[in-house]
Formats: sequence, C-alpha cells, structure tokens
Amino acid sequence: MAQDDHSGAEVAAADSSHAAHDSNVSPGTAVIAADAFENPGFPPHRPRVTDEDPKRDKRAQRTVYTLFYLSILGSIWAIAAYMLFPIESNDVGMVRLNNMFFGLGATLALLGIGFGVVHWGKAVMAEVELADERHPIGGSPETQAAAAQVFADADRESGFTRRTAIRNSLIGALLVFPLPAIVLFRGFAPQDENPVELLSHTMWQKGSRLTLDPSGTPIKAADVTIGSAFHVIPEGLAELEHGKLEAKAKAAVLLMRLDPAELNELPDRKDWSYDGIVAYSKICTHVGCPVALYEQHTHHLLCPCHQSQFDVTNHCEVIFGPAKRPLPQLPITVDDEGYLVARSDFTEPVGPSFWERH
Amino acid sequence: MSTAPSATAPQKRSFTAAASVYVNERTSLAGFVKELGRKAFPDHWSFLLGEVALFSFVVVLISGTFLTFFFQASMAEVHYNGSYVPLKGVEMSVAMASTLDISFDIRGGLFVRQMHHWAALLFVAAIGLHMLRIFFTGAFRKPRELNWVIGFTLFILAMAEGFTGYSLPDDLLSGNGLAIINGMIKGIPVVGTWTSFLLFGGEFPGTAIVGRLYTLHILLLPALVVALVAIHLVFVVVHKHTQYAGPGKTQQNAVGPPILPIYAAKAGGFFFIIFGVLALIASMFTINPIWNYGPYDPSPVSAGTQPDWYIGFADGALRLVPPGWEFVWLDRTWSFNIIVPILVLGGFIMAVLIYPFIEAWVKGDKREHHIADRPRNAPTRTAIGAAGVTFYAGLWAAASSDILATHFSLTMEGVIHALQAVVIIGPFIAYFITKRVCIALQKKDREIVLHGYESGRIVKLPGGEFIEVHQPLDEYDRWKLVDFETYEPLMIRPNARGKITVGQRVRASLSRWFFEDRIAPVTKGELEAGHDGHH
Repeated sequence: MAQDDHSGAEVAAADSSHAAHDSNVSPGTAVIAADAFENPGFPPHRPRVTDEDPKRDKRAQRTVYTLFYLSILGSIWAIAAYMLFPIESNDVGMVRLNNMFFGLGATLALLGIGFGVVHWGKAVMAEVELADERHPIGGSPETQAAAAQVFADADRESGFTRRTAIRNSLIGALLVFPLPAIVLFRGFAPQDENPVELLSHTMWQKGSRLTLDPSGTPIKAADVTIGSAFHVIPEGLAELEHGKLEAKAKAAVLLMRLDPAELNELPDRKDWSYDGIVAYSKICTHVGCPVALYEQHTHHLLCPCHQSQFDVTNHCEVIFGPAKRPLPQLPITVDDEGYLVARSDFTEPVGPSFWERH
Repeated sequence: MSTAPSATAPQKRSFTAAASVYVNERTSLAGFVKELGRKAFPDHWSFLLGEVALFSFVVVLISGTFLTFFFQASMAEVHYNGSYVPLKGVEMSVAMASTLDISFDIRGGLFVRQMHHWAALLFVAAIGLHMLRIFFTGAFRKPRELNWVIGFTLFILAMAEGFTGYSLPDDLLSGNGLAIINGMIKGIPVVGTWTSFLLFGGEFPGTAIVGRLYTLHILLLPALVVALVAIHLVFVVVHKHTQYAGPGKTQQNAVGPPILPIYAAKAGGFFFIIFGVLALIASMFTINPIWNYGPYDPSPVSAGTQPDWYIGFADGALRLVPPGWEFVWLDRTWSFNIIVPILVLGGFIMAVLIYPFIEAWVKGDKREHHIADRPRNAPTRTAIGAAGVTFYAGLWAAASSDILATHFSLTMEGVIHALQAVVIIGPFIAYFITKRVCIALQKKDREIVLHGYESGRIVKLPGGEFIEVHQPLDEYDRWKLVDFETYEPLMIRPNARGKITVGQRVRASLSRWFFEDRIAPVTKGELEAGHDGHH
C-alpha cells in the first residue's frame, strides 16, 4: 500500500482531530481512516478530596500558610547565620559553616514559598479546566491578504522592485559597510608579531642550563639517577618579569634517565642525550596539554587529557592515542661544571600542530 | 465605556483596584490581561523540563550579577594574600585571587558562587532533557519548527556560556581547558594559527583571554540568551502549548487550567522550588574547588581531570580519534585528528537542527500538529532519536575514558576501542532495538484496545478450560490509545512534466524507510469485528 500526496486530501475532513479549518491543507502521506473512533469528549470531572471533605480542605489551607511562615523563618535564619558565622581570617572551617547555615536558611525560605504556592494551586484553588480554541497560526485569509496588500503598497510607493539601480546599490552598500568593523578586530593581536615565527622558537638556546620547575635550581647530571624524572624549565624562566607563562607553555621539558642500553636513539641524535639522560618537550603534540605522567618501568609518557602515549625508549614516538608526532627532543649535554645544558633550541616547533608547520 | 464608571466608581475603590486603573489608563494592559489571563495551559510533568531550564537560567542571572560585583577579570599577576592559608604568597592572576576572595573572604560568597555553577549545570541539563522531550513527542512539527531552531540555538549558547564561565577563574583546570581549545583552533586549516593568535591576544595563554571571555560571558552571550528566550516564549504563547492525546483534546483546542490563577501558582511556585533546590545543593555540595587546583601553570596537570559535563561529548570526540590522523601535504599540516571530530560534531549538530524540516518534507504533511505524539507511535523517529542519544552518550563516556579504565581496572586502549565501537555501531543497534520495541508496544496497545486489560481474574469454564477475564476499556481510556495517525510510504509519481525527479526518489526512499513498518490505530470496524469473535 502506498499513497501519494494528493489523494489523501479529500478524506481529510473525515479525520476527527484534524477537522474544520485544516481540511484544505495537504495531509501529505498521512493515512486517514474512514471509520476512526470519535473523540468521546471530556470525561466527567472527578472532585479532589479537598473539594469533598471540608476538614481536608482546612488542613490543606493550614499546610499552605504554615509553609509560608516557615519561609519567613528561613529568611530570618539566613540573616542570623550571616552574622552568627562570620568568616574568621584564615579559618576554612568557618567558611564551611557560613556557607551551610546561610544556605540552609535560604533554602527553607525558597522552598517554603515554592511548595506553599504549588500546594495552594493544586489543593486549595478551585479546580478549573478550560479549553481554548486554536486558530490557524497564519491568521485568517483576510489578514493575510491585508498584509500582502501592505507590502504591495509599500513596494509601489517606494519602487523597491522597480528601481533596481537604487535597490541593488543599497544592497551592495549594506554588504560592504560591516567590513571596516571586521578589520578593527585585527587589533585583537599585536601588530608587530608573527605567530608562525613565535611558535617556531622557545626560550631554550645553546648553553641554557636545565633547571627544576618551579624553583629554577640547576640540575647536575650526577643527581639524575636511573629511573628518575624531573620537570624542567630553562634557566632564567623563573625570574622572568613578563611573558613567563607564554615562555613556559613552550619551554616546559621532562627529563628522564634510562639505562642507555634501553634507549633506541636515531643515528643523527646520538649526541642529543647524555649517558641515558634524555629531555623531551612536555607539551603534547595533539592539542598541547602537559604530558605529565611518566610510567617508570614501561618508559611510557601519558597525556592526561586525551590519553596519547609516547614511548621514551623509542624517541617518544606515539604508541596510542590521537597524537601523531613524537614529542620533540631537546638536545642536551653537560657543561664543565657538570650541569645539564641545552645544546640548542628544539629543532622543530613544540606543542600542537598548526597549519603553517611543515 | 468611559461614561459609566464615573458615576459609581468613587465610593469604594480598593487600593489595588485604583492602582490597576491608574496603570491601565497609561499602559493599556487590560487588553493583555483579558487576552492572556485565562488562557488554558496544558499540563503534564514533561512540560516542566522547559520551565526547569528557564528558572535555572533566572537563578544563573541573579547569582551571576552578585558575582560580578566581586570578580575581577584581570590576568595581572599578584601574590595571593587572602584567607586560604595553603595558597598564601602564591603567584596568581587577579581573576583567580578574586575568585578565591569570593570563596573565602566574602560571607555567602561561596554560596552564591556554588549556586551559580550548579544552576549553570542544571540549565544546560534541563535544556537537553527539554529538547529530548520535544523530539520524542514530535512537538517540533508545524507550526513549531522555528521554535525548535531557536531552542537548539539556546542549547549551543548555554554551552558557550558554561565554557566561558568555567574559564574565568584562571585556575589550573580552566587554563588547561583553554590550552585544549587553543590546540584545537590551531589545528583548523588555513585560519587556525591566526585565529588562536587573535583570540588570545598573542601567544597562548597571554594576558587577554580572561577579560575577553568575561565580556562574552556577562554581556554578549547573556544578551543573546535573554533575547532568544523571549522570542521562544512569545512563540509558545502564539502557538499555544501542545497537549497529549486525551478525551476532549483535539487539534483545535488547548485544554488545561487557566494561566490565572492555577498555572501562575504552579509555575511561580515551581520557580521557588528550583531556586530552593539549587540553594540546598549549593549549601551542601562543593563544586569546582579551584583552591585545590591552584593557579594556571602550563606545566603541571593531574590525572583524571574532566571538563564540565556538557563539554564532555566534544572532549570525548577528540579522544576517540585513532592514532596517526595527521599529515603534511603541500607543505602544510593537515590535522585530521582535530578536523574530523570538529566536522563530525558539526554534522551531528546540523542534523539535529534540521531534523524537523526533513521529517516534514518526507511526510509532506502541511497541517498544524498540536497533539504531541507518544514516542511509540512514531517508531522510526523514536529510533533515530535513540541512535542519536547513543552516539552522544558514547562520546560523552569517552571524556571519562581514563576514569573508566582506572575504576574498572581496564586497559586504556580497551576502553577507547570499546567506545569507538559504541559510537560507530551503537547507534545502529539502538535504532534497531528501539524501533522493534516501539512496534511491539504499539501492538500491545492494539491488543488492549481490541481485547481489554488483563484483569487477573481466572475463570474455569464448564468444559474445564481456564480463561483470564479481560476488562474492556472505557471510551476515554480507549481514545488515548487510538488518537494518533500513521503515514504510508510515498508512491513515486511523475510530476506535471512527466518526470520523476531525483528529489522525489530520495523522498520516496526516505518515506519507505520511515513508514514501511507501521501499526495503524484500531478502528471502530476492527473493534466490532473483534467482539463478534469468540472472546
């Protein structure tokens, strides 16, 4: 059985729930049964207990005003709690008490009104049910015709469709006029900086000492035992007056020492590590969370945000998760005092991928 | 009109009456009261979901206004010197410090802050449930399609409000959330790098973002939300509320208690109940304890961090991308591990947005619909909805993949792979099961209409046979089960020029998919034929 759009129209009037004003509107592929049930009309009214039993009615009324009085009590209690539980300096416990007792007072004040009014509406107010007639949302045909006439008159008097040169040039002007406002948004970023340039470099440079995050204490190679991991920032970062977070967001490094035999190093990176000590960017190559979780015995790094996993023994290549690129490695060595230093900046941009990266 | 009152009015006029007259003669409000005051408002518990959304939004506005008097949207660095001892002397932004002051140095500040956050969570949740109610009952059908679009836009705006607000305290978690946003934006082809640069006012994190988000959070987005909520509600008045099928209820009437006084009492009281419940939660349960997280620092982050619930589906989408979806091509980086989730989520959102128009086109039904469907009576729509919910739920669960793995001692990889399966295969399974369940329920309804309820009364017939007596329905209960319409698959017909268009073919196949399996409501003839039978 299939039906097209038009054949249904003539039987639409038989449908009890879609009668009258809808009869000339297409019901589409709706099936309208000829012998459908008729709407039985409203069922007989069932009185509530409060309608039949004056005692219950009285009790409901008492409940309502008791709730309102409770609400007043709650408000008063909240004000009292505000004063009774001041926040003593340096005492977190008082904050908790202030929060709880003030809050409970406010709760009582609000719920008293809420439940009281609803109960009044449900149990005490006369139970009335009305049936409003619906009219087509589009209005009567006369109204629609009148509206169309208004537009026709306005068009004739203004010549909006007739005077095309005027109309089209106006549309053109309206399209162009927001452009200067959009240009203003260029001021959202500094005029003299190029993001691609900035993203390509970090604070690391040849000879920068590797220092502990956040204290800035330099790290001796001898202090890095096998199996340990350090959170590292370049020397001088902790003392930066400006741009500290921006610098740190690129320069944060994770330092680990492995048994050199376990390290599988690329041929051109043989001299990037020092005696099993390797340094990798801590900023995830997926969307830039800090890859802060080091699993010591598997030598895996895990990003807590989206669970990308990097294998430290295998130049931090991705072994699972949405990241694609390995964490960039920071080439390191030791200076003559035995402190770990960078041999250079990272050789590629750190952190999440961006369009101009290649 | 104007002559009569002057003779009788002056003697005994109460203050309220006098005030009403005063106001009316300057505003013409009497017309509105006459028009709206006794409008019937259909009643059902599921109609309250939209009210929960509206009322929690009002609570958000009230509590948020209080917070603006104390919060300072500045990223200037200060050394914290407030009451919370563990953070004393720690370097942080003014935004973070002022949020801590709201929590620890202003009486009731923590209460209002927590109420704001809880109310925001409830706001988004209530919109979501309200939308599900609208979807599954078909309340988006003509004439309400545009209101569906407005409501859906409000859902998006509410999430934007939530995210911008979450980012304001400049604590470790919110900063980390912004880092993820930064990474996602950078992954967008062509414009990504510059968009990030403009948004953050230079390099991430910069010193501009909190101030900018604050402007969005308290000015631009609320203005849009308030304006759209107003239009949304005007439409509700214009359309009159839908109602469920029931005796006396037709497509031409709206049945329910009048706005004044019963509906006003119930809805007004309900506002205070929502407000009160939020106050109760705010006074008893901590939310977003930024003092535990500390100020934003790009280096540390703890395991098991989560966004607010409504951002979860987007975060989960990022997590489910298989390894290796990023390439360098034409000397540019194509981050499909970012692009694909964005496109998939964008596609999902668009599909939800335009669904009412697709269904209307397939049905070709141009009539107004004011009787809400029972979900079982629109099996394909309900099944599509269940598929969408499953898809969303899979993404949402993925945002907790690490927590699922640690709590249930599973491998991270196993959880991710299972959720990838849920997101891709799950919707099909959900679709199939839901459709069958709907059809089975429809069959049960038919059975009840034709043969009545099982009464539980067992009777032994003279021949020794046991039968259960069935209690027939009265006409009112029966009407609830038979007042629905079905649609039949569209038959392809050539148009006026004798051609069958591609659009027509697509529509016909969609129509077949929608309406091939259909259970029609019982008709009078069927019921009579049934009575003639042996029962």
